[in-house]
Amino acid sequence: MIVAQQKPLEEIARLINDCQKVLLVGCAGCVTVCLAGGEKETEFLASALRIKRQLEGNPLETVTFTCTRQCDPEYLLPLDNLIGDVDAVVSLACGVGVQYIAERYPHKWVVPALDTKFAGGSLEQGVWAERCGLCGNCILHLTGGICPVIRCSKSILNGPCGGSQDGKCEIARDVDCAWQLIYDRMKALGKLERLMEIMPPKDWSTARDGGPRRAVREDVIIDA
Amino acid sequence: MEEFEPKIVAFCCHYCAYSAADLAGSMRLQYPPNIRIVEMPCSGTIDHRVILDAFEKGADGVYVAGCMEGDCHFLKGNYRAKKRVNYVKKVLAEIGLESERLEFFNLSAAMGPRFAEIANEMTERIKKLGPSPLRRKGEEK
Amino acid sequence: MPEREVKTESKLERLLARGEFVVTAEIGPPKHASADGIRHHARMLKDYVDATNITDCQTAIVRLSSIAAAVHILSCGVEPIVQMTCRDRNRIAMQSDLLGAYSLGARNLLCLSGDHQKFGNHPTAKNVYDIDSIQLINLMRRMRDEKKFFCGEEIKEHEPRFFIGAVANPFADPFEFRVMRLEKKINAGAEFIQTQCIYDMERFERFMEMVRERGLHERAYILAGVTPLKSWRAAKYLQTSVSGMIVPDEIVERLKKAEDPKKEGVEICIEQIRYIREHIPGVHGVHIMAIAWEEVVPEIVQRAGLHPRPKVE
Repeated sequence: MIVAQQKPLEEIARLINDCQKVLLVGCAGCVTVCLAGGEKETEFLASALRIKRQLEGNPLETVTFTCTRQCDPEYLLPLDNLIGDVDAVVSLACGVGVQYIAERYPHKWVVPALDTKFAGGSLEQGVWAERCGLCGNCILHLTGGICPVIRCSKSILNGPCGGSQDGKCEIARDVDCAWQLIYDRMKALGKLERLMEIMPPKDWSTARDGGPRRAVREDVIIDA
Repeated sequence: MEEFEPKIVAFCCHYCAYSAADLAGSMRLQYPPNIRIVEMPCSGTIDHRVILDAFEKGADGVYVAGCMEGDCHFLKGNYRAKKRVNYVKKVLAEIGLESERLEFFNLSAAMGPRFAEIANEMTERIKKLGPSPLRRKGEEK
Repeated sequence: MPEREVKTESKLERLLARGEFVVTAEIGPPKHASADGIRHHARMLKDYVDATNITDCQTAIVRLSSIAAAVHILSCGVEPIVQMTCRDRNRIAMQSDLLGAYSLGARNLLCLSGDHQKFGNHPTAKNVYDIDSIQLINLMRRMRDEKKFFCGEEIKEHEPRFFIGAVANPFADPFEFRVMRLEKKINAGAEFIQTQCIYDMERFERFMEMVRERGLHERAYILAGVTPLKSWRAAKYLQTSVSGMIVPDEIVERLKKAEDPKKEGVEICIEQIRYIREHIPGVHGVHIMAIAWEEVVPEIVQRAGLHPRPKVE
C-alpha cells in the first residue's frame, strides 16, 4: 500500500488559515489501512480544526466525505454536490488523491493533509515499513526477494558496502542492512554463488528518472 | 455571580468504574452532580473522535475510567484506552484547549470511595480551569 | 615473485609490479578554497610515500574537490590516487570528471561507495548512487581496456588509462562474504585494494588466509590500511561509533595507560606495519591513513623501516 502520515495539525491549520468553510475528503484506500486518512481520521481532523478555530475566535465550518478511492475519477463524483461553496478542499489521500481532486476542480484551492511516505506494508499495528522503490523494473528474483534498490540506503546492487555491521546499516542501528538480509536468505536457499555475479548498472529510465510514467493495457481500454 | 458548575463526561467501563459508581451510590457516598456517566463495554472502546465530540458539544471536562492495570476483562483494553487518551491530550494542547480537561483513571468495581474521590477531583480541577473556552466563545455570541 | 604486467603509466603500479612493498598515505582536502595545506602536506610526504590518496568529500562533508587536490599534489611531485565515490555523481558526471582527472595527470583511481550523507554536513541532500562501486570498477576497466563509455559507445581516442583500485573492509559484516565481495571487485577489474584501518589483527589474518585460499593476492595488490591513534578517546570513538570498524579493548587500554598517548599511538602503528609485513603473506604494502595528522607519516615510515622509498625511472 501507499503509506502516508498526517502533517502536523498546526501546518494543516495554516494551509486553510484564510478559509471559512472547507471540505475534508478522506480516502478508503491505502490511507485508511495505514490509519492516516480514512473516515475516522477525517472526522477527527475536522473536529480538531473546528475546535482550534473556535478557540481562535474565527470559527471554521467543515464538510466531510470519504471517497472509496481518490485515485479513480468516478469515485470523486459525490464531491460535485459538496464542493460548491467551500473555500478549500483538504484531501486526506496520498499525493495522487490530492492531484485528482485538483484536476477535477480547477477553480478550487486543494491542500494536502498528509505527507505521502512510501510503498510498504505493516510490520505490526501502528508500524509500517518501506518495501518497494517503484523502480519500474523488478529485480527481486536476483536478490532473494529483498529489494536492495529501496532497502539499501545506497541502493547498492552488489553489496553489502563496508558500513554493514551486526546486520545493521551504517545510517542507524535500527535499520537492517538489506544486503545482510539478502546474504542470509541466499545462503539459506543454497544460492550464495549467485551473488558472485556482477549485477550490471541498472536502467533507471523505467524509474522516475525517465520522466513521468504511464502504464497502459490496451485490451481493456473502452473505445468511445 | 453564580458559581460555575462544570459539565463533565465520564466514560466508564462496565466492569469497573460503572460498577464502582453503583457501589458509591449504595454506600450513599456524596459526589458532585456534575458528572455525566456514559457506560461502555470496556474503556478500550473509547474512540478519539468521541472525546473531541464531547468537548465540541459543550463538555468542560472529560475522563475515561478503566480497570486496574492487568485486570481488564478484555485483557488490554484499558492500556489501549490510556494510550488513546494521552494522544488526544497532546492534540488538545496543539489546538489550544487545556489538556488537563481530559484524564484517564484506573480503578476497580470494589472502589466505590475511589470513584467518588475521582469525581470530586475532576470537578475541582475543572472548576479551577473555568468553563471550557469553547463554551465561553459560543456563549458570547 | 615474477614481475606482473604493467598496463598504465602509474608509478604505483610499476612499483607493485616489480614486487616492492609500497607505502601510500592519505590527504584529506580542506573545507575551504586554499590549496596551501594540501601542498604543505604533499611536500612533507613526498619522499616517504609512493602515492597519496585524495579523499572525495569523506564522511559526506563538503571539501575541496579530490581531482583539484590531486593536481595540486601532483605539482608538488607526489603521485595522487583519486578517490571517487558513488554518492554524489551519476554516471555522466563520473565519466566526465574522470576524463578530466586523467587529462590533468591523475593515473590512479580508487572506487568506493562513499559514506552516506546522513552523517555529513548536508544531511538533507539527495544521494545519487546511480551505480555502485563494483559497477564503477567494472566500467572504468572496460573504458580502459575496451575503449568504451559506460553506455557501450566507443571512445575513438585518448581513453583514460587508470590503475584501478578498490577498498575492502575485513571488519564489516557478514565476515564470510567479505572475501567473496573482494573477489567480486577483482573480477570486476580492481587491480589494487586498500583495506579499512586494521586494529583487529587476528581478524585481518583470518581474512588474508581466505584471500590466499582463493588466490586473490595473486590477482590484485593488497595494501593493508593502518591509522595511528592520538588518544584512547579516538580509539573508543572508532570502536563504538563508526560502523564497520573493530577496535579491540587492548588498544583502548594501552592508549589509556600511556604517559604520552600520541607517542603510543605511533608505536602501535609501527608495530602493526612491521607485523603485517613480516607475518602476513600476500600483503603488498601499507596504506597509512593519518586522519588530520599527516605530519606523523614520515616518522612512521622511517621507523617502520620503509625509508627510503624506491625510485621509479
